[in-house]
Amino acid sequence: MNPVSSFAATRRQVLIGAGAGLVAPGIIATPLPAAAQAPQGAVIDITRARTDPIPVAIPDLAGAGDAARIGRDIARVIQANLRNSGLFRPVDRQAFIQTPDSAAQTPRFQDWRVIGAQALVTGRVEQRGDGLRVEFRLWDVLPETQLQGTAFNAPAANWRRIAHLISDVIYERLLGEKGYFDTRVVYVSETGPRDRRTRRLAIMDQDGENHRFLTDGRFAALTPRFHPSAERIAFMSYQDRGQPRVVLFDINSGSQQVLGNFPGMTLSPRFAPDGRSVVLSATRGGDANIFVVDLASRRERQLTSGGGLDVSPCFSPDGTQIVFNSDRGGDQQLYVMDAGGGGVRRISFGNGRYATPVWSPRGDLIAFTRFGRGSFAIGVMKPDGSGERILSEGWAMEGPTFAPNGRVLMFYRESRATNSRGAGYSSRIVSIDIAGFNERPIPTPTDASDPAWSPLLS
Amino acid sequence: MTTRLLGAIAALGLLAACSNTDQNAATAGAGANTIRPGSQEDLVANVGDRVFFDFDSSQVRADQRPVLQRQAEWMGRYPTVQVQVEGHADERGTREYNLALGQRRANSARDVLVASGVAGARITTISYGKDRPAALGSDESAWAQNRRAVTVVQ
Repeated sequence: MNPVSSFAATRRQVLIGAGAGLVAPGIIATPLPAAAQAPQGAVIDITRARTDPIPVAIPDLAGAGDAARIGRDIARVIQANLRNSGLFRPVDRQAFIQTPDSAAQTPRFQDWRVIGAQALVTGRVEQRGDGLRVEFRLWDVLPETQLQGTAFNAPAANWRRIAHLISDVIYERLLGEKGYFDTRVVYVSETGPRDRRTRRLAIMDQDGENHRFLTDGRFAALTPRFHPSAERIAFMSYQDRGQPRVVLFDINSGSQQVLGNFPGMTLSPRFAPDGRSVVLSATRGGDANIFVVDLASRRERQLTSGGGLDVSPCFSPDGTQIVFNSDRGGDQQLYVMDAGGGGVRRISFGNGRYATPVWSPRGDLIAFTRFGRGSFAIGVMKPDGSGERILSEGWAMEGPTFAPNGRVLMFYRESRATNSRGAGYSSRIVSIDIAGFNERPIPTPTDASDPAWSPLLS
Repeated sequence: MTTRLLGAIAALGLLAACSNTDQNAATAGAGANTIRPGSQEDLVANVGDRVFFDFDSSQVRADQRPVLQRQAEWMGRYPTVQVQVEGHADERGTREYNLALGQRRANSARDVLVASGVAGARITTISYGKDRPAALGSDESAWAQNRRAVTVVQ
């Protein structure tokens, strides 16, 4: 069909590979012919981007009638994504010289260079019945080359999804690592007074849009986590009069199923990276130990034993190790063991207690909560416990979750009650770059806790 | 559900039969019209429904043990009463660990009840971690009230 661009052979095979491909249900991506020659790979050094966000111009995508409105909306979503990452600086639209319509035809690079844009995003939207065709091109302004050209065909209702896919392509082409914009977040929505909270699962796009509730709040829901397919969730549910249990939840059908056959409470579930098992903690009497439950056979295997509280297990991305939280040594610390339960070693040795370890999808870091009675902090360390860095500190915060590229964390922050009636208390989700900058709130309609970031949806 | 209801009715009948204990006399003095002997209200008003724990500890403190012993005696008086012991934690910890800690506290309180003569089958336990505080402040006095195990008549 379309001739293949010479820059199309990148990591994101499906999206920008040799031919047209389905990148998500209902969204087909096709490479566009290149208008000029460009170098392979990333053009910007990511280490430099930290202190110096890349200036990028994102004029509205061109279009006629309704398509013009959609083109504007798509451009605004891309702009917000890139700005919120902290690694890009969208150029002020007031400064634009060339009109979007004209730029979509042929960029006049001089017009973009003089206003300081290093990269330029152009495109057009056409309506075709109930569907959309969205063309987008990414330009490197200084050498005047096209870095990327892709056309998306999709139902009109998917326009926001297309904007996220485009954002991810821009991120990947300019920074040399995958983006995280075509993702969702599941979290616990909290309403009502703190002693009688209603806690419901809710799901939203990573930017807070397309928000909806997954459970009705009759029974409290806590600690949701995504299956690697992003179509299932494991969470802890307070069921009618029974023990709290880890439950598997199908996002599309809404069906729920108790996992395992344990005598006590089950809590803190996480899926294995291959999606075939769940590691969790189960109590018996006053103890809590870690088990892995095979999802096909439902067979349980006990990984830890003894008198301590072993909770919050999380697999390494290669599935060979598990990090967890235990008070076996006296107070809460982090331990790593082999996935079979052997070779346990403590990795946290700083001041305070450590909890909620979560392994980066890149494998290079473990994020955690560290706390004393005066303050809480979110930090990262290497899997051997070295190189500990605190990213954020405050009255109360916990529960970090990694973006699929390992570059950004979300967690939740609580404010201190200012009187005995609990005035001033709140709980909100925030995100932060793992370098410790760009902490920003994630908008939610209610108080929020326990965020879990999905893998890339495509 | 039905068996529980029948149990409650049986308990009512029972306490009509033994309403001349000191405890019930005290109840009568405190407004017998509203407090039904053998009920949660009775437990709260005349026995004490909760014990408190030290920070990050699930050991029943010596000064709290008598409360559980009185609860055991009270349960001896109302043999059809079933209870659930709820374990709780203060807000100065993480959610998942506090769920396990609350369970361990509930279990410690349960063990004292059993050691004091209550049949284990009459007691269930549950943990709410830090998620259902009794006191809503963010200070030491609120935290001390929230590190607790509460006995709840089912």
